[in-house]
Amino acid sequence: MRSSPSISSRLGTLALTAALALLPLVSHAEEAKPVDTSRIVSIGGAVTEIVYALGEEKRLIARDSTSLYPPEALKLPDVGYMRQLSPEGVLATNPTAILAIEGSGPPDALAVLKSASVPVAMVPDKFSRDGILEKIDTIGAVLHVEDKAKTLHDSVAADLDKAIAAAEARPQAERKRVLFILSLQNGKVMASGTGTAADGIIRLSGLVNAAGDFPGYKAMTDEAIVEAKPDVILMMERGGNHDATVQEIVAHPALGLTPAAVHKAVIRMDGLHLLGFGPRTASAIRDLIARVYGG
Amino acid sequence: MAYQQAADGERGLMRFFERAMSEYRDGDRTRIARIAIVALLAAAVFSILMSITTGASDASVIDVLRAMADPNAADGAMSTRDRIIVFDIRLPRALLGFLIGAALAVSGAVMQGLFRNPLADPGLIGVSSGASLGAVTVIVLGTSMVAPVVAMFGSFALPLAAFAGGLVSTVILYRVATQGGQTSVATMLLAGIALGALAMALTGILIFMADDKQLRDLTFWSMGSLAGATWAKIATAGPIMAASLLLMPFLARGLNAMALGEAAAFHMGVPVQRLKNVAIVGVAAATGAAVAVSGGIGFVGIVVPHLLRLAIGPDHRALLPASALLGGTLLIGADMLARTVVAPAELPIGIITAAVGGPFFLWILLRNRARLGM
Repeated sequence: MRSSPSISSRLGTLALTAALALLPLVSHAEEAKPVDTSRIVSIGGAVTEIVYALGEEKRLIARDSTSLYPPEALKLPDVGYMRQLSPEGVLATNPTAILAIEGSGPPDALAVLKSASVPVAMVPDKFSRDGILEKIDTIGAVLHVEDKAKTLHDSVAADLDKAIAAAEARPQAERKRVLFILSLQNGKVMASGTGTAADGIIRLSGLVNAAGDFPGYKAMTDEAIVEAKPDVILMMERGGNHDATVQEIVAHPALGLTPAAVHKAVIRMDGLHLLGFGPRTASAIRDLIARVYGG
Repeated sequence: MAYQQAADGERGLMRFFERAMSEYRDGDRTRIARIAIVALLAAAVFSILMSITTGASDASVIDVLRAMADPNAADGAMSTRDRIIVFDIRLPRALLGFLIGAALAVSGAVMQGLFRNPLADPGLIGVSSGASLGAVTVIVLGTSMVAPVVAMFGSFALPLAAFAGGLVSTVILYRVATQGGQTSVATMLLAGIALGALAMALTGILIFMADDKQLRDLTFWSMGSLAGATWAKIATAGPIMAASLLLMPFLARGLNAMALGEAAAFHMGVPVQRLKNVAIVGVAAATGAAVAVSGGIGFVGIVVPHLLRLAIGPDHRALLPASALLGGTLLIGADMLARTVVAPAELPIGIITAAVGGPFFLWILLRNRARLGM
């Protein structure tokens, strides 16, 4: 009876010694295995969506302010805007690794995180079918869930191909011209040129980007807007009254002259859904096509 | 005996404060200024200590120091993380914040003295507009036109460009306003407005070219942040700010004389032109370096010197060191708010300095309306 506590304590000591002896091995093993991904901070809306789509959300401990989908993600602590991360804020959530969409930063913050031995895995961000699949593959590899990623990759690819094929089936002559307007402030129209997420989704949907050939988001002059002859005006859903937006477009000196305004063809869609280039993009394509041609 | 001495000492101290207060009422603020500087020094040290002990994470300075002192305490990753938070995130940030606050406040005080204008700030010599032009250039053209520069300097490209922009714009303004070895303060003021407009136009072109992500970067830069504070930045921008700060007190007598007017100062034997040169170089270097590493942090250069003038009077011999101490302390305080209020995210510090500084300054103004003759 009296010996049992002493034995157990001796066993405890033994276990502790063994554990201590194993410590270097464990840390060595961690070096060989690239990343411990048990506690992840996810930076970027599409990245967070893909982690959820892979069913690996239990590893998420924090997100950035652009990660708004699925709604459960909103319960995670928010470490701020993806390009303005605070190193201590991120470290305060005790991550073992960070999954970040390309363009996250600032670089100094990422450098400090790396020096605190928190690996930062960058996820490339391209606005195309292959770009979405590349995100899934990258995240799957980082999380060591290649099998699940393969399944998701295949289903998303099949879904995308079906949506794209349906879009491509439409004859060129019937394809509508879409003008994506990022913001409409004081009558100034910020439209999306080439290389933007909006341009990407318009092209994937077999539509024509009416804005033309300029790169990035630019303020368009009234004459260029009239010249662009958009059949449909596409905007991001920002709450507020849809009719008021339509009124504003009809009343605009240049937008008012376009076929889109004449037919009141104004579509507003959720920004992350439309421009996220994540697992939901096939459904975004179908939504967009249905709303462009459906009415 | 010891008790008696302590009581005497206490009484002595009381007498010292009483004398300071009565002299203060009579208009002599030398002694009150001295008290203020000692108090501000204590506040500065306290603010730095507070700053490295607070933050978004639960890292404890005491635990980190204990872990470092004890070679057997091998806590592994946790203590490494905490050590990095304390020594590589909070400490450089506190030191850089103090230097920036001190540089901005002293620069403001010197500019107000030199231009004999209570609204003067380093923006008057073109530093701010030039620096933001430099910064915006790197943010917008960093991936295209000036990509080689960014590739060469990495994360130092932006601060370097901002610093160079501030310096170049000050040199141009100085050349414009200087004729026959004489710098006209009035010309400088007006030419500064013209040059500022030009810099704004160039910045505007760049903003027009920017994409949405760059626009967000620009907005954040213009609101200022100490989040990028690293030892490497202290090593580069720190010496410039420190050298300028050490140089400024030598201007105090000259600036005091300048209060009577440039001609009067000249007849009192103040080397007016040299004073202007040193002041302009010092302010351009200090502000340029501060803006380069932190972006646009407003209000410190105006609020701090004015607060101190109300408390300890306009004598630059006391005003300049006191401005440095109070500026540094306030900026550290603002930064502590910035990084804890919305943790784990972070507010731009410029929002805090303006949101807290604005109303506070207004309150001081209204309370002292009579004394300021408003």
